[in-house]
Amino acid sequence: MSNLLTYISVTDGKIKRASLEVLSRCNEIAEKNGLTSAAIVISDDSTTVVEKLKAYGPSMIYTIEDPIFKNHLNTPLLKALAVAMEKIKPDVLAFASTEGSKDILGALAANMDAAALADVSEFDWSGDIMKAKRPVMASKIISAVEAKGSPVILTVRSGSYDVVEKSSDAGVESIPFSMDKSELKQTLKEIITASGDKIDLSEAETVIAAGRGVKDEEGRKLIDELAAVLNAGIGASRALTESGDYDPSLQIGQTGKVVSPQLYIAVGISGAIQHVAGMANSKVIVAINKDPDAAIFEIADYGLVGDLYKILPPFIEELKKIKE
Amino acid sequence: MSMKYYVCIKQVPDVNAPLQIKEGELIQDADRNILNAYDASAVEEALVLKEAHGGEIEVVLIGQEKAKETIRKTLAMGADSGSHIITTGSEEYDSSSYAKILASFFKDKEYDYIFCGKQSQDTDSGLTGSMLAEFLELPYATNAVGLQIDGGKLIVKRQGDIGQEMIELPSPSLVTCSNDMNDPRIPSLKGIMQSKRKPVETIPVDDLHGDFSSESIKTSVVGYEEKPKREPGKKYTGEPEEIAKEVAQLLDTAENVI
Repeated sequence: MSNLLTYISVTDGKIKRASLEVLSRCNEIAEKNGLTSAAIVISDDSTTVVEKLKAYGPSMIYTIEDPIFKNHLNTPLLKALAVAMEKIKPDVLAFASTEGSKDILGALAANMDAAALADVSEFDWSGDIMKAKRPVMASKIISAVEAKGSPVILTVRSGSYDVVEKSSDAGVESIPFSMDKSELKQTLKEIITASGDKIDLSEAETVIAAGRGVKDEEGRKLIDELAAVLNAGIGASRALTESGDYDPSLQIGQTGKVVSPQLYIAVGISGAIQHVAGMANSKVIVAINKDPDAAIFEIADYGLVGDLYKILPPFIEELKKIKE
Repeated sequence: MSMKYYVCIKQVPDVNAPLQIKEGELIQDADRNILNAYDASAVEEALVLKEAHGGEIEVVLIGQEKAKETIRKTLAMGADSGSHIITTGSEEYDSSSYAKILASFFKDKEYDYIFCGKQSQDTDSGLTGSMLAEFLELPYATNAVGLQIDGGKLIVKRQGDIGQEMIELPSPSLVTCSNDMNDPRIPSLKGIMQSKRKPVETIPVDDLHGDFSSESIKTSVVGYEEKPKREPGKKYTGEPEEIAKEVAQLLDTAENVI
């Protein structure tokens, strides 16, 4: 029996930082209210993940292991979560907001007759009511929401909370799971991944985002160079993912990824609200744009007005010197 | 046999319209209501599939009387017919309520595929589609960025966390669509004229069976707040070389983010 349960999202054996943010927040709520905060790992191999997880203070670690969880597919994940919820009976199940968790949140809530809150930026659980905040209207407005009943299931935007280390000697319990392939009505045929850039955009400390102003190979090369100097993740505005210049998985904004890095450098991006919705919580924002009236300058801490092809080379040179 | 597509659509406030908050209430210009952009992409995708493989497209909308204009818009784009589940507007429905109402609507319907927008552009919750799939016990895929029918099977290209997942779905099934899959067509004058003769069935929500009562609603909005405003910083307009150097140094010394 656990009062709060955090789903730990794992990719290639690595824990997603945003899951640890959620776990840290659940730990905090549990401590305040005298509740327990457990974690669950559903993956093809959880051995190394479980050991690492102990450094972040869960009261208990549950695992469900099966080769079927190597890649995301909603049917088996939903089934595993239903099994886990039945066994653990938490009042709150919290996920980091990812394409994986967004895929199943509604169906899981419908299946369990539970309240669902998507993409919250703050949450607090008193033991009988969930109070949360979520950005709406393309993140121009914050709505305060409440959910009643038990369980409440929610997804949390990355960057909403800090990761707090807290050693624990959590027990580990493996929950039995099996699934007959014939129950699978959908088939994952293949996954097309972007080659090259391996820095996870939603986890990067520094993000370089390219917009319409980055017009050609030369511009993209400058973006790559800047990212290499700063060990940054590369993102793009919708214009450049639609044109095919950047992989669709790199789109930042209302319909793409939401990022909140320490440093965000918007290169040739005008700052449409749909884009800003995905990056406005970055700590320091630098914008480079030749249009002095570009909307991006309204939220940029440092606005460089000028031709990115003239600004980036000396900018990269100077950063190299600082890094040396 | 000919394919039957349903597309669930919603009328939403235009997020680009001016907004204000008065005593925790969100005030918006009611005349600036539009077809949800993600739903527009779902309609467009159904039209493309119909053009390639034949079939019939029906749109379903839950909303007040005035939302009929949004159904007409999709009929003008090329959908064949519409169903309008009429609400009074005083209900405080959440995503689950919408999914339950739609599930009740679909209970005795026959179809191959149900398409929805992946979320509505005002609330960005993205719950109704997969809730509906669960209520109807349909296989589903969310966040589709491409669709094709190959040998009678629907192949969904889904934008996942690490790449694009190619998922095969049987009929019947449900797909939620991203606006990254297409540019929805603008209705032609001919389309607009034809839309006026296309059938729209009106269904009072009370005629549908299910518990959509206020007691059944588990989540509620209790207020709205302004987002803390980010103050614009300094603009640098000098020689590219100089401003580039200056800002690079400030990122190191003043911000410590290098």
